Amino acid sequence: MNYINAYCRIDHQQVVVNGSCVLPCNDSDPKSWAGSIYKHLGIQYPKFFKMDTLCKFGFLASELIMRQLNLSPDKPKKDWAMLCLNACSSIDTDRHYQTTIQNADNYYPSPSVFVYTLANIVTGEIAIRHKLMGESSTYIFEALNPDNLYTLANNAIGENRANNVLCGWINFDNGFADVLMFAVSAQKRNDTDMEWTSKNINHCVAKQT
Amino acid sequence: MIYNLADCIVSPLAFGSDECFEALCQGRSVARLHNGAFGLPEPFFGSLFHREWINETFAISCPDDNTRYTHFEKIAIIAATHAIAKADIDPSSDRVLFVLSTTKGNVHLLENSDGFEPQRAYLWRSAQLIARHFGNPNTPVVASNACISGVSAQLVAMDWLNNGLADYAVIIGAEMLSKFIISGFQSFKALSQERCKPFDKNRTGLNLGEAAACIVYQRADADQVPHGAIIFRNGANHNDANHISGPSRSGEGLHNAIESALAGYDRGRIAFINAHGTATPYNDDMESWAIHRSMLEHTLVNSLKGYFGHTLGAAGVLETIISSKALLHSTVLPTLGHEEYGVAQPITVCTEKLPANGDSFMKLISGFGGSNAAILFSIKH
Repeated sequence: MNYINAYCRIDHQQVVVNGSCVLPCNDSDPKSWAGSIYKHLGIQYPKFFKMDTLCKFGFLASELIMRQLNLSPDKPKKDWAMLCLNACSSIDTDRHYQTTIQNADNYYPSPSVFVYTLANIVTGEIAIRHKLMGESSTYIFEALNPDNLYTLANNAIGENRANNVLCGWINFDNGFADVLMFAVSAQKRNDTDMEWTSKNINHCVAKQT
Repeated sequence: MIYNLADCIVSPLAFGSDECFEALCQGRSVARLHNGAFGLPEPFFGSLFHREWINETFAISCPDDNTRYTHFEKIAIIAATHAIAKADIDPSSDRVLFVLSTTKGNVHLLENSDGFEPQRAYLWRSAQLIARHFGNPNTPVVASNACISGVSAQLVAMDWLNNGLADYAVIIGAEMLSKFIISGFQSFKALSQERCKPFDKNRTGLNLGEAAACIVYQRADADQVPHGAIIFRNGANHNDANHISGPSRSGEGLHNAIESALAGYDRGRIAFINAHGTATPYNDDMESWAIHRSMLEHTLVNSLKGYFGHTLGAAGVLETIISSKALLHSTVLPTLGHEEYGVAQPITVCTEKLPANGDSFMKLISGFGGSNAAILFSIKH
């Protein structure tokens, strides 16, 4: 049996950590909403400002979870895996990049934009920030299916695999962020830790503070 | 035990896994300089399908409406149709899992929708249509892990099969090139204007290529697996947590992946390592570090990028198939394009067709996002 050691939900209304609202959203624009959460965290991480919006939201959720677990970002974590599921892959930045190459007379492809047109860069950004050295994978599904997330996370944990997995749904499309991230392990860190089951994943999807 | 039941490669070089292997044995490649392709302002060196060939082959191979699918979906379906027929399995069974590996799928539709619905630019949508084409009832898994996608797809299938969640996995790697993809690599200054030179002193960058490749894996008890089958033994994926667009210099992540995949396996059984070998300065140096650190410096290493170019989401699947054929023919293929040795650490690059000395091979792969993976195969005795 695995356990949910911490979880974080970010949508366009609020940030929820372990079921409690830690920040309500007062921004109408997703980019300023990401900026507000960053300010709330009070960290200094200049790379944040280079990230695309999808990566920013993924980064913020992972930051909130690791803080909840009192884990320093500087400590190398060889036994941590990182799994991202979403429907959008990198479509928001894909659309942006396309505008930079659409017209021959206004052609300015840039490597700093193009790199974010790979779906797995969000797992890379999080792995770099928290020094996660285990598996890192990105899977694309039409919608968050708790059974698939449950299975993929369970597979990542085990003998000769990772002891901990940071995993979840990190989606950003058409201006809407939808993030639900979990830290899962075989260890129960707190008495209140829920069991890692499809039912409890669903419970966390539905829970609004 | 998981073993390769059947496979198929669809590439501009040749159609069919055996046909591609034969072409490689003859040292053939169709990669060349393309001027003005996709309306790109700069030429690029790569391997492209004739679009008419895809349409004609799809019409022959697949009894389905030719206008309903994009070229990307068509090459994926062609590869899977032939692999599934050879495997002689029922793809409509709920015991079959479909896994699609691609980096950009139908991204070209962002430039011109070509009459396809907006949803079609989403990878899950292509995967759904491909699985549905075969009547498969399960939700397909899409592995989109940049350049390592084709190995990630095999690893996720391995988990599904080992856990009894499926009996068969149909893994399809596919990539079509577009202005989107090529302009991006050009902006990175990552492309070579001539045939790429893996592990070469004068390597200047990679070539890109189009392809689709499909492997059907089956899980069975060891005594049910036929002698001479290719067994998918183990694999691992490790991030190097270093940089989003560059590998760690020391090959830390790839070294970890190799060690996890080997897990004590006798290195003496490894006939060759099929490396990623993109011929970018950083990648090939990093791989030499990882191979050397894993004490595999005397094992033959090859790269297939000179033949096909880097086929992105297809590469991990395609190169696994070619390497499996090579192992079955007791052959190690030469590294086309390699002329003068020149990577950071001493490794043994295969430069001519040699007999394979061993019953196993490893496939290595690395990519943007800090991803690295290694998988290990052997022949069933």
